[in-house]
Parts: sequence; structure tokens; C-alpha cells
Amino acid sequence: MDNLITVTSLLYVLSSAGYILYLFFQKEYLHRQGRVFLATGFLCNSIIIGFYYAKTGQIPVRNLHETLLVSGWAVAGVFFAFQYRFKVKVLGGYAALLAAVCVVASLFVSGKIAETQTIFNSLWLVAHVISIFLGHAAFALACGVGLLYIAQENAIKGKKHGFFYKRLPSLDLLDSTGYACIATGFTLLTIGLITGFIYAKSVWGRFWGWDPKEIWSGITWLLYAAILHGRLTVGWRGKKAAAMAIIGFAVVLFTFFGVNFLLKGHHGIFTR
Amino acid sequence: MAEIILLGLNHKTAPVEIRECLAVSKEEAAAMLDAIKESASVEEVVLFSTCNRVEILMAACDKADAVETAKRHLSEFKKVPVSRFEDSIYIHEGDEAVRHIFRVASSLDSMMIGEPQILGQIKEAYFTAIKRKTSGVILNRLLHRTFFTAKRIRTETGIGDHAVSISYAAIELAKKIFGQLEGKKVLLIGAGEMAEIAVEHLVKNRVKEIFVANRTFKNGVELARKFSGSAIRFEEIPGYILQVDIIISSTGSPDMIVSKDQVKQIMPGRMNRPLFFIDIAVPRDIDPAINKLNNAYVYDIDDLNGVIDENLEDRNKEAVKGERIIDEAVISFRQWYDSLDVVPTIIELRNKIDSVVTAEIQRTIQSMNLPESDREAFDRMKNALINKIMHHPTLLLKRDGGHGSNSAYIDIVRKLFNLDE
Repeated sequence: MDNLITVTSLLYVLSSAGYILYLFFQKEYLHRQGRVFLATGFLCNSIIIGFYYAKTGQIPVRNLHETLLVSGWAVAGVFFAFQYRFKVKVLGGYAALLAAVCVVASLFVSGKIAETQTIFNSLWLVAHVISIFLGHAAFALACGVGLLYIAQENAIKGKKHGFFYKRLPSLDLLDSTGYACIATGFTLLTIGLITGFIYAKSVWGRFWGWDPKEIWSGITWLLYAAILHGRLTVGWRGKKAAAMAIIGFAVVLFTFFGVNFLLKGHHGIFTR
Repeated sequence: MAEIILLGLNHKTAPVEIRECLAVSKEEAAAMLDAIKESASVEEVVLFSTCNRVEILMAACDKADAVETAKRHLSEFKKVPVSRFEDSIYIHEGDEAVRHIFRVASSLDSMMIGEPQILGQIKEAYFTAIKRKTSGVILNRLLHRTFFTAKRIRTETGIGDHAVSISYAAIELAKKIFGQLEGKKVLLIGAGEMAEIAVEHLVKNRVKEIFVANRTFKNGVELARKFSGSAIRFEEIPGYILQVDIIISSTGSPDMIVSKDQVKQIMPGRMNRPLFFIDIAVPRDIDPAINKLNNAYVYDIDDLNGVIDENLEDRNKEAVKGERIIDEAVISFRQWYDSLDVVPTIIELRNKIDSVVTAEIQRTIQSMNLPESDREAFDRMKNALINKIMHHPTLLLKRDGGHGSNSAYIDIVRKLFNLDE
């Protein structure tokens, strides 16, 4: 299985290289190359996760090693889903790089696997984990799109067009892609939280327990709810929306990793 | 064999006063082609003329005479004495002529590098020559290679990318902001050629609605009719900024027409949808500080010129790649042209050997009294001998310029056997 993880990380790295070269040289074959490597990597990544699942009957998010593998898988998968509808080709560089970083990092950590307990076997838990990971991947893409938006807007406002202007798509496409990412991410996060509550109720007999992870998830949810609300009511769009997508993702990263490392709580065991 | 020669003048060598006198219409071109072809020294001729150039491309066996013929006919047809345009004329021969026509067709020699019209103009001129039957083996091949090369440069380099006119640059920017322009609304403030061209481009991009504001309402109505838009009063402008997406301003007003505060107040009502101001007026109509507002973009005439300069610089960089493609094309055309010469050289070489061997056989059998059948045997021997001798030189000469220097072999063979005497 380690060999397949190495192959996957290699594919993701090659894909990043293809997409990044595409950003520079704008040659269609480079983009195609990036896409093929990413798709193959995604396939291998899925096989690894499927293998782990078949072996243990649990979603492999029991230590940092497994969590990173699933994170990389979620980013690649969500990117493909969005690429189908929104053709922001240069975003591939960001998504592939992110996936590559996750999977390559997973090669270097092999933490203790969280105790196998019966409480880890529940359909609610499966739904909780999958929707949270996919939702976070969508927020990650929103952040990437936000960065591209800011680069493109600086080029247009600054009137010195330079490197980005010709290579990046229109502000409108970037803005609507970012919005779609956040809306999807928010929906998945909401599903993830609800299934999490139900699972907590079934296992611990309570919906909410003021665990640091829970508090920060709540903060993340409120933040994205505010972003979406602002957009729909007073038109928070463009640069403001892009900046918020970036800040939002920073909060997501903290909720995801920071809380586990710094504040402990009942999710801590999954990132050891 | 006929050599390629090109005679012409363009915007770099001739001022517009001379160019306009010499511009050749399509009908004149047809007549001139016939007249030049009449000359004994000219085998093939193609002529093309645009507002920036007149070029006469010929395949001729007597270069000097061909040039004189072309000049004389140009002077006679346009009724301009040769002395008036003689200094503006350039003459290219062989590879240089080939390179020149490649560069012209690829628009590397144009006033505006990368402009797309020239190729079509040359094609049209070539069809005229085809119809008049003044183009033959050499020029047909040359023109086909020209079209191929020009097309290749256009697709493989970015020579035609990005706008180099004010109105196109504005449209390109609008597309970078709005993605597509379909369904967008446009407000034109004032009037003016550049602004109107920009609006026409927008109409072609299928914008939804056009409003025209003019200080004199009547003028506004007339202009609005031209774009099937609607005229509004000058005082209504702020109300319309609320709903339009693109504003093109080109008034003679000495004061600002749209202020930052106005737009700042309007933006929340627009739900912050982007607003793009194109300010072509001098002095400016749109407060440049509006550009600092979120989701509002202002480009004035200097900004647009800056964009064009940047794009032109890009085109110049791409032109270097174009020159490299042309270098290749010139070499490959030269190879084809030289191959035309291989066959006569082989025939001449064979004839030369034949004459030597025949003479020697004659001398040998003269004194012998041989029967007819033996003479035939000698003949057979002679032919076999020549074929054996000729085998390798023929292969070498016919070999498809693997070393890129067939012309050198031909030259050596001709010298070794003194074929040119």
C-alpha cells in the first residue's frame, strides 16, 4: 500500500508541474497533462482509501497519516467536480499542489491509529466525515479562487497588466466560481455538522458538548453563513468576497488542524 | 532558369503622396499583369497593392530587363514619371524576395504588426493572377508556401493576439471584467468617433441595451437610433448608472460628469455589481478616483494607450518567433527551387559522357571493318557504361537535400564536368 501512496504522490506532483507550467506557457497540452495525472492520482488515491476501508470497515481518518490521504483525495475530487462546470483551468495548479502536499506529507507521518471502538461504526459517522472533508475541500478551492481574483483585480485596477492579466480568466468567472465553492462548502459543512450532532447524541447522549472542535466548527459555520448572507443581501462580492474566502479558509485550517494540535478535544486522537 | 525577383515600395520607403498615386485597383492590376507578362524577359508575374504598399513579384530570366519593364508599366498605368517613385523602390532577388513576400503576408512588415487583412489581400491578388494566367510553376509554389507560412505564424505565435486599437482594447478589458458581454447594458455619454466604434463592437458582442445621453437631446436621439438604443436626458445619468454595466464617455465638457461620491452612493443599490467606465474624453469626464471604489473600474484614454503599448510589445516579441519560422520556410523553398535545376544538370551530364564515349568508340572502330551486329554490341556496351557511371551521381543529386546543400553538389558537378561552357 505504501508503494501506491508513493505513486499517488508522484502523480499529484507531476500534475502540479503540468498545471503550473500551463500557467506560465499557456499550452493546452500542459493543461491536458496536468488533468490526466490528477485523474490517475485521484484514482490511485481512491483505491488506497477503499483498501483501508475494506481492511478495517472504517473510514481511514484515524490518524494524521490517513487524514492527510483523505484530504488530498477530497481536494482532487472536488476540484474535478467544479472544473466540470466552471472552467478555471489555472486553478488546477493550486488544487493539484494542495493534493500533492497532503499526500506527500502523509508519507512522512505514521501516527498511532486511534483505538478501534465500536463507536466508530455508524452510518452517521461516515456521512459526517465525508461531508466535512468534501466541504473543507470546497472551501480550500474558494480560497484559491479568491487568490486568483485578487491577482486579476490588481492587474486590472493597477492598469499594468503584466503576468496575470492574460493568463487568468475574467473577474466574473472567478467571482461566480468562488461563490459556488462557498455555497457548496457551506451546504456540506451544514450536513456534516448535523450528522455530527446526531452521532454525538447517539454515542454520548448529547448534541453539543462545548468541545473546542465543536466551538470552532460553529465559528466556521457562522463565518461562512455571514459571507453568504452578505452576498445575497448587500452584495458582498468581488474583492471583499475573495478576501473573506481566504480568511474563511484560514479559520477552516485552524479548526481542522490547529484545534487538534493546540486545544485538544475529542477529535485530537485523529491527528496524532 | 527563371529567377524570382520582387520590386515594390511600402510605407517605410514611400510617403503617402507617392503611395496614393501608385495604388493599383483590381481592374488596373489585371491589365498590368497582362502587359508585364508580354515582355520576353518576364515568365511569371503577380501584383498586389494595398494602401500601404505596391509589390510586383516576378519570375524572370533577365532580371534587369524585368525590373525596367515593371517600372515602365507602373509609370505608364498610373501616369506618374518613373523619376518620381524610383528612389522609393526596393528590389529583392532570390531568397531575399522569398523572405520579403513571406514577411509581408505574415504581417511582420506591416505598419501594425499582426494585422490580419494583408493575407486576404495577397490571396485576392494571387487569384487575379491565376485568372489572367500570369502565374506559373514557380510563383504558384511560392504563393502557396506564402499562405502556408503566414497561417502557421498566425497559429503558432501570438502575433495577432490582443488588441492594438483603443476601442478593441476597451472591449477586451470589458470581457476580462464581465466574462461575456451578452445581456449587459451600455450607457454612451456624448459622441465621438472612437466612442461610437467601441459601441459598435459592443453591439456585435450582443449587449442587451444601449442608452445615449447627450447635452443636446436631439443629437442623442439620432445617435441612439443608429444603435437601436434609447436616448436619455443628461440629468438622468445618475439614475441610469444604477442599471447599466458599461459606461463610455466622450464629451467635450471641461468638467467631470460623474463624480466619485455619486458612484459611491449608487454601488449599494447595484448590489455591488461591477461597473466599467471607459473615459475617452480629454479633458476627462469620469473622476479617476472612482477606480479606487470596490467593483468599479475606470480606464481613461492614457490607460488604454498603455494597454495597447503593452500589447504591441508582446506582438513584437512574438514577431521574433515569426522570423524564425520564416527562416525555415525560406530554406525549404530554396531546396525546392534548387531541385528544379537537378534534372537539367543530370541530362547535361549524361549527354556530356555520351558524347565523349561515342567519340572514342567511333575513333576505335573506324579502322576496323566490323559487321553491323558487332557495332550494335558496342552500342549496348556504351549505354551500359553510361548507366553505370551515372548511377551514383544521379542518386546523389536527386537525393532530397538531406545535407541541405544540393545546390552545392550541382555546382560542383557542373564545374567538374565543365557543363556551363
